[in-house]
Amino acid sequence: MAENEKMFQVRIITPDRVFYTGEAEMIEFATSSGQIGVYKKHIPLTTVLAPGAVIIHEADGEKIAAVHAGFAEVLPEQVTLLAEIAEWAAEIDVARAEAAKKRAEERLQAKTADIDLARAEFALRKALTRIDVKEMK
Amino acid sequence: MASMRDIKRRRSSIQSTQQITKAMKLVSTVKLQKAKNRAEETNPYFDYMYQTVVSMLKRSGTIMHPFLKAGRSEKKAVVVITSNRGLAGGYNSNVVKLVTDSAWKKEELQIYAIGSKGREALERRGYSIAADYSGVIDAPGYEDASAICQAVLSAFQKEEIGEIYLAYTHFKNTVSHEPKLMKLLPVEIDAEEATAREDSGILMNYEPNDEEALDQIIPKYITSLFYGALVEAVASENGARMQAMDSATSNAEEMISDLSLKYNRARQGSITQELTEIIAGASAIS
Repeated sequence: MAENEKMFQVRIITPDRVFYTGEAEMIEFATSSGQIGVYKKHIPLTTVLAPGAVIIHEADGEKIAAVHAGFAEVLPEQVTLLAEIAEWAAEIDVARAEAAKKRAEERLQAKTADIDLARAEFALRKALTRIDVKEMK
Repeated sequence: MASMRDIKRRRSSIQSTQQITKAMKLVSTVKLQKAKNRAEETNPYFDYMYQTVVSMLKRSGTIMHPFLKAGRSEKKAVVVITSNRGLAGGYNSNVVKLVTDSAWKKEELQIYAIGSKGREALERRGYSIAADYSGVIDAPGYEDASAICQAVLSAFQKEEIGEIYLAYTHFKNTVSHEPKLMKLLPVEIDAEEATAREDSGILMNYEPNDEEALDQIIPKYITSLFYGALVEAVASENGARMQAMDSATSNAEEMISDLSLKYNRARQGSITQELTEIIAGASAIS
């Protein structure tokens, strides 16, 4: 059971569902201060998630998902990601993401007074994350 | 005794009312199932969110953060979650009562209404309505909760309001729902739960640092509470309506059987009377 000693619990929870629970050897995700990878027995850490890919290294392969906002709690035996939005690479509709990217870029270019800059930026980041994740797969 | 025709009319009117209440009961039963599943699916997120915030705050005694102390403003914001439709028993009035029976003065409250029934009731009583989000109650999404949260938090940060409360109906199970008033900001944590968590003896690190993490996490915490409350309120609304309609249907049933009895009695009475008249007439001739 040498292999199992490296495994730890991973949970990804969104407001609408328990997105993922399972055992993993390593998990990578983006935080507000950069990309991190977590193995078992990491020091306890709570950190804010940045939009980006989450890569779960399971015993038999990897799983890639996109998360957009939230935070992570890392404990030695367990990692929990509380994400506002999370989706598997397979669930992403690239055409829609491209369209959203274009729309958001146009809005940011136009810079008219009546648009919500923060919202457009968030939409752009979401679209870019989705496209990135899809390409990684 | 009322005439046969009156009784008959009354009975058929009650019968059609019963049909309506029966249909409404079926509809809300289906909706309740959906809303209940949704509430159950969202639960893990809030439990975890709550635990995380509790564990953060129990060791944040030294952190001076605007979200952790009362604002200077006397005003209090109350987010009141009710329904857009009535016929749900005491569901709406119970939530409204939470606000009207409280020790607060009318002048110091700012109502953020979700659900037009609550808004109307509080408006009539002279409370000031800061905003109305009644549209979201039909299909509450996380984005809606997030928008409401932003509005309330920005008022808090501008010091227009000093405290934030949430009045909603907690969904215990299908038959029991409990109106609840919760204090959201400044954040207060149950002392008992805080110590229970402390015993686990884990020293948590925060990135980038405590304050910034709090900055990010508290709004998410409030949003998740709003969302959880919305989802639970929808489940409670349908539960309350189902119960109300169930008892209305059985009341109608009772009235119908009572009226049927009266109707039959009146019919028998009129037959007896006719017979007596005929016999009396016949005996008068002979």
